Amino acid sequence: MSTTTASDAKRKAPAGERVADWADGRLGIYGLAKANMRKIFPDHWSFMLGEICLYSFLIIILTGVYLTLFFHPSMNEIEYHGSYVPMQGIRMTEAYASTLDISFDVRGGLLIRQIHHWAAVVFLAGMFVHMMRVFFTGAFRKPREINWLFGFLLFVLGMFTGFTGYSLPDDLLSGTGVRFTQGAILSMPIVGTYISMFLFGGEFPGHDIIARFYSIHILLLPGIMLGLVVAHLILVFYHKHTQFPGPGRTNKNVVGMPLLPVYMAKAGGFFFLVFGVIAIISALFTINPIWALGPYRPDQVSTGAQPDWYMGFAEGLVRVMPGWEINLWGHTLVLGVLIPLVVFGIMLAAIALYPFIESWITGDKREHHLLDRPRNAPTRTALGVAWVTGYMVMLIGGGNDIFATHFHLSINSITWFVRIFFFLGPVIAFIVTKRICMGLQRRDKDKVLHGRESGIIKRLPHGEFVEIHEPLSQAQLHALTAHEQYAPAEIGPTVDENGVERKPTRTEKLRAKLSKGYYGEGNQVPKATAEEYKEITSGHGHH
Amino acid sequence: MKKLSARRRHPLAAVVVLLLALAATGGLYAAFAPAGKAQADETAQSLAIEEGKKLYTVGCASCHGTGGQGTTDGPSLVGVGSAAVDFQVGTGRMPAQQPGAQVPKKKNIYSQAEIDQLAAYIASLGAGPITPTEKQYSPEGADIAKGGDLFRTNCAQCHNFTGEGGALTHGKYAPSLEGVSEKHIYEAMQTGPQNMPSFPDTTLPEKEKKDIIAYIKTVNGDETATPGGFALGGLGPVSEGLFGWIFGLGSLIAVAVWVAAHTAKAKKS
Repeated sequence: MSTTTASDAKRKAPAGERVADWADGRLGIYGLAKANMRKIFPDHWSFMLGEICLYSFLIIILTGVYLTLFFHPSMNEIEYHGSYVPMQGIRMTEAYASTLDISFDVRGGLLIRQIHHWAAVVFLAGMFVHMMRVFFTGAFRKPREINWLFGFLLFVLGMFTGFTGYSLPDDLLSGTGVRFTQGAILSMPIVGTYISMFLFGGEFPGHDIIARFYSIHILLLPGIMLGLVVAHLILVFYHKHTQFPGPGRTNKNVVGMPLLPVYMAKAGGFFFLVFGVIAIISALFTINPIWALGPYRPDQVSTGAQPDWYMGFAEGLVRVMPGWEINLWGHTLVLGVLIPLVVFGIMLAAIALYPFIESWITGDKREHHLLDRPRNAPTRTALGVAWVTGYMVMLIGGGNDIFATHFHLSINSITWFVRIFFFLGPVIAFIVTKRICMGLQRRDKDKVLHGRESGIIKRLPHGEFVEIHEPLSQAQLHALTAHEQYAPAEIGPTVDENGVERKPTRTEKLRAKLSKGYYGEGNQVPKATAEEYKEITSGHGHH
Repeated sequence: MKKLSARRRHPLAAVVVLLLALAATGGLYAAFAPAGKAQADETAQSLAIEEGKKLYTVGCASCHGTGGQGTTDGPSLVGVGSAAVDFQVGTGRMPAQQPGAQVPKKKNIYSQAEIDQLAAYIASLGAGPITPTEKQYSPEGADIAKGGDLFRTNCAQCHNFTGEGGALTHGKYAPSLEGVSEKHIYEAMQTGPQNMPSFPDTTLPEKEKKDIIAYIKTVNGDETATPGGFALGGLGPVSEGLFGWIFGLGSLIAVAVWVAAHTAKAKKS
């Protein structure tokens, strides 16, 4: 296609085509573009949550590069003589002084700093909600388990990138957070002290930690994250996007708009909208005013010292944990910190492993490209809500002092509330959510069989009043009945081909029991069948 | 006796007993109540003390005792000094509205002259910190940066980085320093009201108190500049996180819904 004959040369190709031709001659991208340009993406606002994350990640990288031009990741102590009066003459590290300079003396520095930080807050929140969307719609099922893990890793790495990032200015708030982290590291049995000494280059705080966090924050973690983002997107392309059930949508197709030009234009425009919203927020609202916090000194501390929200549940775990410790043979096991650290790991691991746990329990190894409506998977939805409830309770624990002062409560009562509801809350949430899901399923069934309540009351000749129910459209009927319903996984045959009885193993029994919890009787409402529908709509069964 | 016993169920018997009891209590009180102090000489100071005592009897004596000696409801005021009175009454904390974990500040109903009279009376009960003069607490010419350092070392543990306040145990709290007058900050440091430790001049000299006041007024005063925009209460990551979720992600999701709702369609349905 790139060779032109003499006769064709008279008719000049349009400019765009010539550019494409030039590029293809050197990059050979025609085949790639042809295969992907018409790739279809389904349209739903919740599918754009991942885009919010992607764009805020890009914004963070762009603004982060600008900040590195002016930031000095050094713990050398200097006396400040910049333009912020309340800090003049104070001894501080170069890291803190250069952050003050970025905020007050670098052109646009404060705005860029605030965009960087607000984008990080939004990035993590976006990932959280994006994960919830994927979880509650069952989009993590085969073949997307690995992509779920990539996303999970992005969330966890994002947490630690955020942590190392807000620690860089070496201000009193973040220094307290670093000290907190060191305490958590020290609580690890046997290896804790070694890791702490290695990380800090000696005793806390030492002279290395800022420079080390800097390398981790601008190079190591974002590098891994960038790779994961690319892998995440490649897998989205490879698997194709999931879609909600609807007329014409099957497990084998994708209904939506082509990548080029429609989706590219929408996505490109959305990038600028995201950037715009974050820029407006950053221009109007302060985030992390390090100038008001003062430089870090190990002998100073302030009340109301919290980490950014994504570390808040870890803060909560430590805040509400009783200060237990075991002293044996001259060694201390600080359970008050170690247990929260372990619970922190377990809570994160639970989301990472959930797709595998669910597919093991349900025995479902098939591919899924159609999304579940959360109500149609009551147990999964309830488990998810239970997890989120535990997480949110811990966020309250992390901010217990702010809740105490602003709601005029006793901080001790809040701590006890959090201690109790960290266990009780998820149980209540599980039961309530499941019941709500079942109720919604029953309502769906009712709507399918009897139609929508029209609000029109009709009086029959013999005096009875009835409300007219409008039958649903075919599309609505489809949306409400398209989901598959599963039977619980049974224990395999207990008699083999030779007629020898075997005892089902304990795992098999457990699995069958759990599976019943997902799909057993009372855990899902049998959806309306075509026969039921026919019988009722035929007029015989009118009531 | 028989007569009395016969009438013990009379409808008015209870009333009579009550009247007798009240008369007995009142009579006993009149007989045993401490006599008023001997008349002092009629100087301006003693006049103020006299007036202050009257105010005290009305507003304070029910908890602190008639002579400031304290009761189970309120501590002794002997030796608290005029500075403590000026702070407690001047910020409206005293007279307290109700018992609780901590007495909150509220609208002050006394004039400064009345507060001075009360202070003079309490000061006469025993020596204590004296109400500071403007020269002592005025942040004029103080070292703001040094004040910041002192604030972070001595005050931030309870009052937060810039004096936004913080929680203490069992419903007690360190109040916000926003809008607290220089004099009252000085007096609070000097006297250590409620749960606050006191920082007498031997611990924190007058000059350092001025530095701290200057710092508070710079970072949390009426004219404090917030270069980053609205400060979201100055509470740090909790309010920032809440804001980021609700307004940051919230508006982005609203935008996403808007974008998703406007799509190229083959046919409008």
